[in-house]
Amino acid sequence: MNDWFRIPSDLQNSYLGLIGLHLREAVIPVLVGLVVALPIAQLCVRLRWLYPPVLWVTTVLYAIPSLAFFVVLIDYTGQTETTVMIPLGVYSLVVFVPAIVDGVRSVPQETLDAATAMGLGPVRRYLQVQLPIAVPAIIAGLRVATVSSISLVSVGMLIGNQGALGNLLNDGQIYHQPRLIWLSVITTAVLAIVVDAVLVGVRLLLTPWMPRGTRKARPAEDRPEPAELVLEDAAR
Amino acid sequence: MNVLHYINLFFSDSTHWHGYDGIPTRLAEHVRYSLIALAIAAAIGLPVGLLTGHTGRGGNTLSLIATAARALPSFGLLVLMFVLIGFGLVPVMIPLVVLAVPPILVTTYEAMRSVDPSPVDAARGMGMNEANILLQVELPVALPLILSGLRSAAIQIVSTATIAAYVSLGGLGRYIIDGLYQRNYEKVVGGATLVAGMALVTLGLFWGIARLAVSPGVRRSN
Repeated sequence: MNDWFRIPSDLQNSYLGLIGLHLREAVIPVLVGLVVALPIAQLCVRLRWLYPPVLWVTTVLYAIPSLAFFVVLIDYTGQTETTVMIPLGVYSLVVFVPAIVDGVRSVPQETLDAATAMGLGPVRRYLQVQLPIAVPAIIAGLRVATVSSISLVSVGMLIGNQGALGNLLNDGQIYHQPRLIWLSVITTAVLAIVVDAVLVGVRLLLTPWMPRGTRKARPAEDRPEPAELVLEDAAR
Repeated sequence: MNVLHYINLFFSDSTHWHGYDGIPTRLAEHVRYSLIALAIAAAIGLPVGLLTGHTGRGGNTLSLIATAARALPSFGLLVLMFVLIGFGLVPVMIPLVVLAVPPILVTTYEAMRSVDPSPVDAARGMGMNEANILLQVELPVALPLILSGLRSAAIQIVSTATIAAYVSLGGLGRYIIDGLYQRNYEKVVGGATLVAGMALVTLGLFWGIARLAVSPGVRRSN
């Protein structure tokens, strides 16, 4: 059984080490993307005319294939983890910007008025009212971005074994060990599902006011797939 | 501007414009892979999404399937299928279809669910049967969102079809993979530009389709 998890020594990492590396390469860019997207989204909420062009830019960046993006970056950042992480961060913007903008915009005017009447300034109103209400939309975006990021890290294998679990794909081929390829695919998929489940848990913790269990109680506005709706908005 | 310089070099080299490894050949291959994959994914995703959306049942199962399919790494799946099945189009099509089905399926379902129920009730009251309600009432209203799902799937297919070159097929990915191994930067950048350009053309194409296919009434109410 233990033989299943043996990793060829050329990867200079254990099975768990590869998982950790994979997580790091996938999650850091998404978090950075989220931090970058927050002010961009806020600007788009404030200045309405800015939203369509910003969506167009993120959509165009998203259209660049990951492999091409990696390879072009090698010239600047070398065959390193950074080269894999930059495109993943950029891709996450196409999910985050519309998710946050829609989330913040969905806050009802009465709620905002109530906050103002209670004496909240614009900053506190944003942090304590708008952002928490937008959490379900943001987490929905976070889920899509993280899962696709975990899947894309593997492609980093092609630029000098920077793909963490994806590196097993190459080793499986050159050593004729399909076991390693199975191991890579299954571990990556399980990792994505586990991270997705963790994010669902985080959402439940952050939004204690939302109804639980009965899914039907979800408001119609809570569209669970912002990633898919992104491109639709972009073309308007 | 380093990259622009390489792009210029690549496209001004006349040897890149004809022959077995020429841009027209590779472009045609890439378009072919993308169209086949999109057709298969749509053939799976559209009917299932339309029916589940129409009946309103199976939404949770659907999102579970979509999450599972999204979790499968396309590149890993490609290598796995290549090792299991061998050289050919099938090992490339499987990961592309797995990649494209979730956006089509989920968006179609959501689109059908978001149709205003009162025209549907009116149609039922007028005596239309379920098939007619689905095709003549719900589908036209849901079309803009359904097309956006197809577009998102198409763009992902176009940019992911590049990895077909890794398992010795053609397509625009050839330039990127070959350029990478030959340390020919110009080729890599040229290939990347072509794929990105193709993705943008896809975007424009779907915009045009939406203009033509979506009924003016629906477009106005959006």
